[in-house]
Amino acid sequence: MLLLLLAGCGGDDARLVVSAASSMAGALTACSGDFDAADVRLSFAGSDELAAQIRQGVKPDVYAAANTTLPDELNKEGLLSKPVEFATNELVIAVPKDSEIESVHDLAGDGVKLAIGSESVPIGSYTREVLARLPGPESDAILANVRSNEPDVKGIVGKLTQGAADAGLVYVTDVNAAGDKLRAVELPAELEPDVTYAAGVVKGAKQPDEARDFVDGLSDGACADALAEAGFGAP
Amino acid sequence: MRPFPVLLALALATALSFLTLPVVAIFVDSSPAELIDSLGEPGALDALWLSLRTTAMALAIILLVGTPAAYLLATRSFRGKALVVTLVELPLVLPPAVAGIALLAAVGPSGILGGAVDAAGIELTLQTAGVVVALTFVASPFYIRQAMAAFAAVDRTLLDASRTLGASEARGFRRVMIPAALPGLAAGTALALGRALGEFGATLMFAGSFQGITQTVPLAIYDRFSTNFDSALALSAVLVGISAAILVSVKLVQGSEALGGAPG
Repeated sequence: MLLLLLAGCGGDDARLVVSAASSMAGALTACSGDFDAADVRLSFAGSDELAAQIRQGVKPDVYAAANTTLPDELNKEGLLSKPVEFATNELVIAVPKDSEIESVHDLAGDGVKLAIGSESVPIGSYTREVLARLPGPESDAILANVRSNEPDVKGIVGKLTQGAADAGLVYVTDVNAAGDKLRAVELPAELEPDVTYAAGVVKGAKQPDEARDFVDGLSDGACADALAEAGFGAP
Repeated sequence: MRPFPVLLALALATALSFLTLPVVAIFVDSSPAELIDSLGEPGALDALWLSLRTTAMALAIILLVGTPAAYLLATRSFRGKALVVTLVELPLVLPPAVAGIALLAAVGPSGILGGAVDAAGIELTLQTAGVVVALTFVASPFYIRQAMAAFAAVDRTLLDASRTLGASEARGFRRVMIPAALPGLAAGTALALGRALGEFGATLMFAGSFQGITQTVPLAIYDRFSTNFDSALALSAVLVGISAAILVSVKLVQGSEALGGAPG
């Protein structure tokens, strides 16, 4: 009987389960109501967490990640269709509105408190990629200012809006989503990592056709428009 | 056989298998060799050491302040006592995320007391001290509740006798009440200890996550979940081991009486 109750929570057939990176929460929530083919159920978390769930046997219909590495890995492991690149994002330094930090070099200053992504999540690996392009001593000084390695962007943004940290590296779309509390300081072009988002249909998806439509819609359609509005670029 | 006893047995069997299966799976999935290997990485030992240190500090604060507070609540009646007890117990039922937000709103840098904390030269967020604050906040109601029950259950004639013999209340508290309530206090300590060791959400939101400074074992497990599931399993196994050891030692301290009927 208990199992029946639990099975009842599993939902019916016309439901499309989309596992997407947290950074797309605003945009995809806005556009998924316009998806006619199925009732879209969105699940947001770090791309790496969602990939780990898929590896542990969780089967959403669509997986949309904040990088291309994880979808490529899942594809090689036979867990995901060939990934489609659908959007780009820009890594920026996020600071509170009234901050005096104006460039990446200011992050090395004495007493600057940084909150960045943990090495195990895409935002954290992009951040380390950027820092590795700086001269060694400056990169070391910035890393020495890190006070928290957050498991997701929300944690970084929260530490900044609450005044616990002075600066963090996040996507420009996260700064836009935080309203007027935060300001984005752009990175020099030569430091900027290539942040490309890719999605695919999960092998064994219950709704493979609708899932394919949804993935295509990320590049062209209501969701593509919503992503552009949130500040994402085209690949 | 009568149907009712069968039903009872079935219910127990269901509860037992549901509650033990996930814990057993942790040990089935991680071999002892992997377990030792994963503890060899510096981050894991740092997390373990930090968890033990912050939990010990939080417990020291909880025992020092919570014991007299619980004694007062158990031995006096006053207007508004029910409200006070409810307020003290409230964090018991708060989701950890709410505890994290609440701590930020109260003593975070932009919180209502943030200025005062800063003026006192104390830094809590992103610091080990912040972890201790988070653990103390979520774990102390577990101790205070149990300690209140323990003090209330002590036969008052014991205390009255010591007073008649000329002992002050402070002396009676130390020499009579605490020894008499000790098994209950130990049970409360164990509950608070378990809660503090397992704390995750409030710590992450309030104190952040940094190896050796604020990344306790639950945070380290979460950090490894996506990249190194085996290591996450191994750390989980260690936490299960410690928690089980706490539970067993309390049962031993309390003796067989507690095995049957310890409240809470």
